[in-house]
Amino acid sequence: MRGLAVLLLMLCAPALAQEGAPPQEEVVLGLSQNEVSISTDFDGSDILIFGAIKRETPIPDGPPIQVLITVSGPSVPITVRRKERRFGIWVNTDAVDVDSAPSFYAVATSASWSQTISDIEDLRHRVSIPRAIRSVGAPMTVQDSQSFTAAIIRIRKENGLYQRAEDTVDVSQQTLFNTAIRMPANLTEGAYRTRILLTRGGKVISQREAVIEVRKVGLERWLFNLSREQPLAYGLLSIAIAIAAGWGASAAFRMIRS
Amino acid sequence: MQIYLPIAEVSVNLFVLLGLGTIVGMLSGMFGVGGGFLITPLLFFLGIPPAVAVATGANQIVASSISAVLAHLKRKTVDLRMGVVLLIGGLFGSGFGVYVFNILRELGQVDLLVRLCYVLFLGIIGALMFVESLRALRSSKRGAPPKRRQHGWVHGLPFKVRFRTSGLYISAIPPLAVGFSVGILAAIMGVGGGFIMVPAMIYLLGMPTKVVIGTSLFQIIFVTAFTTLLHATTSMTVDIVLALALIVGGVIGAQFGTVIGMRMKAEQLRILLAVLVLAVCGKIALELLLRPAEIYSLSAGGF
Repeated sequence: MRGLAVLLLMLCAPALAQEGAPPQEEVVLGLSQNEVSISTDFDGSDILIFGAIKRETPIPDGPPIQVLITVSGPSVPITVRRKERRFGIWVNTDAVDVDSAPSFYAVATSASWSQTISDIEDLRHRVSIPRAIRSVGAPMTVQDSQSFTAAIIRIRKENGLYQRAEDTVDVSQQTLFNTAIRMPANLTEGAYRTRILLTRGGKVISQREAVIEVRKVGLERWLFNLSREQPLAYGLLSIAIAIAAGWGASAAFRMIRS
Repeated sequence: MQIYLPIAEVSVNLFVLLGLGTIVGMLSGMFGVGGGFLITPLLFFLGIPPAVAVATGANQIVASSISAVLAHLKRKTVDLRMGVVLLIGGLFGSGFGVYVFNILRELGQVDLLVRLCYVLFLGIIGALMFVESLRALRSSKRGAPPKRRQHGWVHGLPFKVRFRTSGLYISAIPPLAVGFSVGILAAIMGVGGGFIMVPAMIYLLGMPTKVVIGTSLFQIIFVTAFTTLLHATTSMTVDIVLALALIVGGVIGAQFGTVIGMRMKAEQLRILLAVLVLAVCGKIALELLLRPAEIYSLSAGGF
């Protein structure tokens, strides 16, 4: 019994040590909206993320406080394919499966990257874009698997799905902060995890999380669900619409002419 | 005005889609073709995933052919028995095509297959049409009647069936084979296949020209409807919103196209169509031959 208690204590010890004394500075978070609705006329959305730093004690000396804000979409495995020239045409040849990559990832900082967070803390908290993507391994035939991960980042950055915005979080009086994150029109559904990290001298001293729900609404929701849950009914509906539209239009034009 | 497509999961300008539908509808009214061979590649250029473009293209053809078929049925220029034989072949072809399509989609090669099919078929048909209509233009100046070709071997096959409306007594095998191959094309390329079937019916089966268009449209409607259903149930890539935007544009365009088509000479129309087909073919071929700007591509989930 005693042994078990000691074991438990030992298990808890690292966690306790990590937490240590209650942090002197804590984040209080606000979002302009905690839900993004994809309706038929959805054309992207700007989300305002703001908050304050709560303190029981005066502002500590040393390097100024920095704020990092990340928003990451649901992670899904993706297949990256590379084209090569075969028989004179460009064909997909090598493929690498990436275990999980967020469908959307934005990171905003209050200063330049190196001033905000150290590499070790980045590795631990998975803050920068390459760290947010997890790739276990490529097939033996593929030598340069990094270039596939790099391709994900490059392609998604071009689509506005991955963003690294340095120096875009406004921090005033070392207490209040705010930033706006642009969510593009080609979003997928799911829970978007929003994280705020406070750092001082590159070390994370406090963090807080919130979730932004992105979902299709109304007609979009209904059609998408129908196509997934009752594909046969969806298929018949699309044929019925096509027949009605084609026949109806020609009938209407005949009436106009006569 | 941007519109979010629920299945393609991209946001596209509604007026671009309507305009695309109108232009293709106009061309199809002018030339009497379904226009699927134009709409599907144009959707690629807009950034719609190829799997969605093909499946939705098939759906759009149902709409653009239905009114024409009704008109032909009223004029009794549809050989129903021939249509049914072609249709049986077509349904099997379509099923086989969707099966191949889904296998290649998993392998990541569907893009290549679709593009290669387009280059091959548009290239052959465009070139044939161009040469044929040039010859027709020249011979119409000389006043010589166009020669009708005969294929004797077709008449030697077993399982003969009498097709009364066409005035034919031939084996059921060639129409079944024609239907089958057109069904495959419908599934893989998102086209009706009229541009293949019409020449095949005239030159291979020897059907009279007046029933060819109606009969091919009759077959196309059922095959494309079936293809839509198969794509919707297996790969779930039919986008109703996209189809509706294209259909609305298409039916309006077709009305104008018919009026323009009636004011032009048949040979001129055919040369124009040939040039158009070759241009689309060239554009797709260039994309396959030149080094793409981005040699990597991502596929998550369905696409």
